[in-house]
Amino acid sequence: MTPSRTAFMAILGKDLRTELRTMRSLPAMILFAITTFIIFRFGLDRISLSGSLAGGVLWTTLLFAAILGINRIFVSEREEGGFDSFRLAPVDRTVLFLAKAAALFIYLSVLQLIVVPTFAVFFLDQWAGLVPLMLVLAGANLGIAAIGTLISSMAVNSRARDLLVPLLLLPLVIPLMIAATGASAPLFDVGGPSYDDFGQWLLVMGLYDGVFCLVGYAVFDFLLED
Amino acid sequence: MSSTRLKILAIATVAFLAIGFGMAFFWTPLDADQGFKQKIFYLHVPLAIVALIGFMAAGVEGIRHLRSGDSRHDVNSYIFIHLSVVFGVAVLITGAIWAKASWGHWWVWEEPTLVSFLIVFLMYCTYYPFRYAIEDRDQQARYASVFAITAGAFVPLNFMAVRMADSIIHPRVFATSEGGLPDSMLFTFLVCMVGMGLLWLTLVKVEMAGKQASGQVSRLRRALNTDAGSSSVSGRIAPNMEVS
Repeated sequence: MTPSRTAFMAILGKDLRTELRTMRSLPAMILFAITTFIIFRFGLDRISLSGSLAGGVLWTTLLFAAILGINRIFVSEREEGGFDSFRLAPVDRTVLFLAKAAALFIYLSVLQLIVVPTFAVFFLDQWAGLVPLMLVLAGANLGIAAIGTLISSMAVNSRARDLLVPLLLLPLVIPLMIAATGASAPLFDVGGPSYDDFGQWLLVMGLYDGVFCLVGYAVFDFLLED
Repeated sequence: MSSTRLKILAIATVAFLAIGFGMAFFWTPLDADQGFKQKIFYLHVPLAIVALIGFMAAGVEGIRHLRSGDSRHDVNSYIFIHLSVVFGVAVLITGAIWAKASWGHWWVWEEPTLVSFLIVFLMYCTYYPFRYAIEDRDQQARYASVFAITAGAFVPLNFMAVRMADSIIHPRVFATSEGGLPDSMLFTFLVCMVGMGLLWLTLVKVEMAGKQASGQVSRLRRALNTDAGSSSVSGRIAPNMEVS
């Protein structure tokens, strides 16, 4: 293993272990998402959802739950001095970006593993769309992980961290949400999933993921300088 | 920039805009579909194009700042975003007026260009709270540059995604079925475009002169009186040109 690879595995392992032991982010995200479904049930006054309404409810909930996690990914590093120790370590700085983005990707996947089936039980009449939905989830997770890690690292050193993350993140993820809802809405159609423009939206998501992974990789160095 | 050159630039701006709008009202033919309402095209579209170019240029200045560490590029990036946000307000207002006149509604969601512009505008509005929330000045400049680069990459992606999500009913002034603008309209549009670009440039230079002056004032104040309490208030609100 190269030093970067070792560092990557060490940071990722540390993050996942901390999360397993303290349970700081994930339970809150899951609870938040499920409660939001109940609010949507009464807000929209529907007991079953289909088409773009289902896609909209699912993605709004997942996005806002993700923001709770994104708020927290760098907090421990700042409060416990992780940033300082990392600056001292003789490894490439983008490793921290990659490891944090990977951790966020895993958080989001675990969140969806619980929340999406709950959503199906609550609102969906037929579940055939859930299998292709996994592709959409993976594509969106990658984008949210890249841009979320970047925004979180920018906001964590400011005075108004909790305020800035949603403020900066929401406009930035609009294209991703357009693509994710565009791809998922036909999957929830009443007569079984259809695939209108499915490939096209996946392509948009891929482009978004690629651009912001590269941007994050390129500029992250400058966020760590002291 | 000397005050004479600034004056010349300002006069050229006024001349181009006056000639451009004069031509728009008295020389160009009326649009076949929209009639007189279409005249707002000569104001709305140049404003929007200049604002978007300003946002992209801010991203380029952000890259140059990160590469060179020269705070002048950060000040440029700040001024570009600042003026483009101001232009953006004008774009949204003129766009709403045009939408009301053409389609009968102040806001039209099916109009991808206007919606994209709103998203981009909201994105850049967060530049201010973000920038002022960081206290350390070097860090503030670096983070602001990272923001400018990220947002610059976001602009084209956003336009693409919003356009794909909607049907297109925007008046296609440039490419209609008859084969685009008549020469007189295109020429008038280009004059307005140059005028608007010059207006932007003039405002950039004015803003820059202001920053230079306030940078000098605070430097002088520091030299005269090293009372730390009063020195950095203006520096936190906006970056000053410390290097002259």
